[in-house]
Amino acid sequence: MTVVFKEFFIDFQRCIGCEACAAGCAECHTHRGYPMVQVDKVDPAMSPQTSPMVCMHCKVPTCALSCPADAIKVDENGIVHSSLKPRCIACRNCELACPFGVPMIREDIQQMQKCDMCFDRTAAGKKPMCCTVCPTGALHYNTMENMLAARPHSKPINKWQFGNQIVETRLWVMVPHDVDIMVVDWPELLAGAAGPIELAVKLKERFPLQGFPGPQPTRDEPVPVGAGVGSFSDTEAEYL
Amino acid sequence: MKELTRLSKMFAEQLHWGALAKATIATALLGVTIILGSRNLANFDAALIGYTFASLFAAFGIVYRYSVWLTKPPTRMYWRRGWQLFLSPRLWKNLRSPRILAEAVVRKIVVQDFVWHRSPERWAGHMLIAAGCVLAALVTFPLVFGWVHFTQGAITPEPTYIIQVFGFGVREIALHGLESWFTFHALIVASVLVIPGVMIVMYRRMLDTGAVAVQRFSRDFLPLILLFAVAFTGLLLWVSYEFLEGYFYTALAQLHAWTVIGTLIYLPFGKLFHIFQRPATLGIAYYKSHLSELEPACCPLTGEEYAPAVQTKDLTEVLHELDFDYSAVGGPPETPPWNEISPAGKRMLIGRAHSKIRNDRFD
Repeated sequence: MTVVFKEFFIDFQRCIGCEACAAGCAECHTHRGYPMVQVDKVDPAMSPQTSPMVCMHCKVPTCALSCPADAIKVDENGIVHSSLKPRCIACRNCELACPFGVPMIREDIQQMQKCDMCFDRTAAGKKPMCCTVCPTGALHYNTMENMLAARPHSKPINKWQFGNQIVETRLWVMVPHDVDIMVVDWPELLAGAAGPIELAVKLKERFPLQGFPGPQPTRDEPVPVGAGVGSFSDTEAEYL
Repeated sequence: MKELTRLSKMFAEQLHWGALAKATIATALLGVTIILGSRNLANFDAALIGYTFASLFAAFGIVYRYSVWLTKPPTRMYWRRGWQLFLSPRLWKNLRSPRILAEAVVRKIVVQDFVWHRSPERWAGHMLIAAGCVLAALVTFPLVFGWVHFTQGAITPEPTYIIQVFGFGVREIALHGLESWFTFHALIVASVLVIPGVMIVMYRRMLDTGAVAVQRFSRDFLPLILLFAVAFTGLLLWVSYEFLEGYFYTALAQLHAWTVIGTLIYLPFGKLFHIFQRPATLGIAYYKSHLSELEPACCPLTGEEYAPAVQTKDLTEVLHELDFDYSAVGGPPETPPWNEISPAGKRMLIGRAHSKIRNDRFD
């Protein structure tokens, strides 16, 4: 049976920070309880905006080339895999070199683990776990034709520019039609950075899955029935 | 003919001449030690000639692959740093260097605690296989190369054997005793270690859904099948001469020889090469123990101390050698390259870059 691998799309604007992707990802037995999807607050001091990050599966992977142990391999479907266990020496080169900040080092088992596009599922014709559980389609697995028809207001691109480096990826990101390349202009972004980021990062570590603590109902103040449950307008329902 | 010329040209281009030279020298040296160690082949067992040539081939392949591997920019960087730190006089104060080395050897190579953390059953299987293979290698290679052989010692009152190493009698052992039993049955012990080890690992590979998802026959099963074949046919030889008066021995000996030769030839190519590659972790141990004392690199966005500064600078150099250029376009001169921003910082900046290109045009 030949399985046709489809395309993976990230639509950052749709992420609502629910972290269902991370919870679903953690179910997989190849990385046993550790999520490989990372959902980050984009500017935690200023806004609740979040963005999901999975491995972009670069066509020329910086992680694999910077690995001193030859432990990171790309398969015939363009999927960049977690490091090979017998070889990986957990040196952290891949983690630090990856332009998307994706690989995770497990010091205890001396291995780098990362998103492998749910190889066990996609190789059997299924969607990756994160795409299955994402409620808004921010992470989506489909054919290119279906995606173009379903989301005509955006276009998928797979080229990134980090300073002088152009990176081409197997994964696509949805952007406005006049954009051809995702330019990450960090000198300008860093100059515009504001807010107590360190505090935000610490809070994120403290509350990894729940997000930041908001007003919590106490025992004395029971949650009113129906609170927080709204109804979707037609446009919103269509959007979902 | 034209095709042949094209192929030979391609082969010559692919060939790594430096590694070829090193591998040739290493193989020649092994050949010389075989001749010297066996006293001009006087103590060389001609029946083992197949093993000898397979070992020479393996030595060539291993040194060739290792040498090519060391030319990769990231590998070369760690190799250089590992030796630099090992020889650094600062680390030899208070005998820190040998302590780091001893700890790394015990944890990473002898005990392999990281395999235990992967799973205890995996550790049990791996330890059994590793112990069996090391024991078998310690016995087989010196015997095959004629470096070790046995001669008869006293006949009465207690018969003895003399162990000859490089042609020098080094130890006389009683023929009927625990030491001689172990010496003459070391390979049986090795196979009794390897076979259950292979079984544990095979069992895991068949049932563990995580392993099933990513394993491949050539990478993960072939080496196990080879090790099992070597150990099992070796054990059959013992059964034949110990219990069946040598029944079928010649054919079994041939079969065993082919499994061993096959495994030796496979050594430089497949998964078993990790035996030679893995000791590189010792260099990393130096690197890490040294780096932990040094100034950390701080992420310009999040402010977190995410890695030692030396490592991030080394990586910038390595990436440059690999023809990656993650330096910034515009911005003040002190702007760090993209790879010197922490992984968390990179992800946040990517999110912000997306917001910027969206420019409120959400759909």
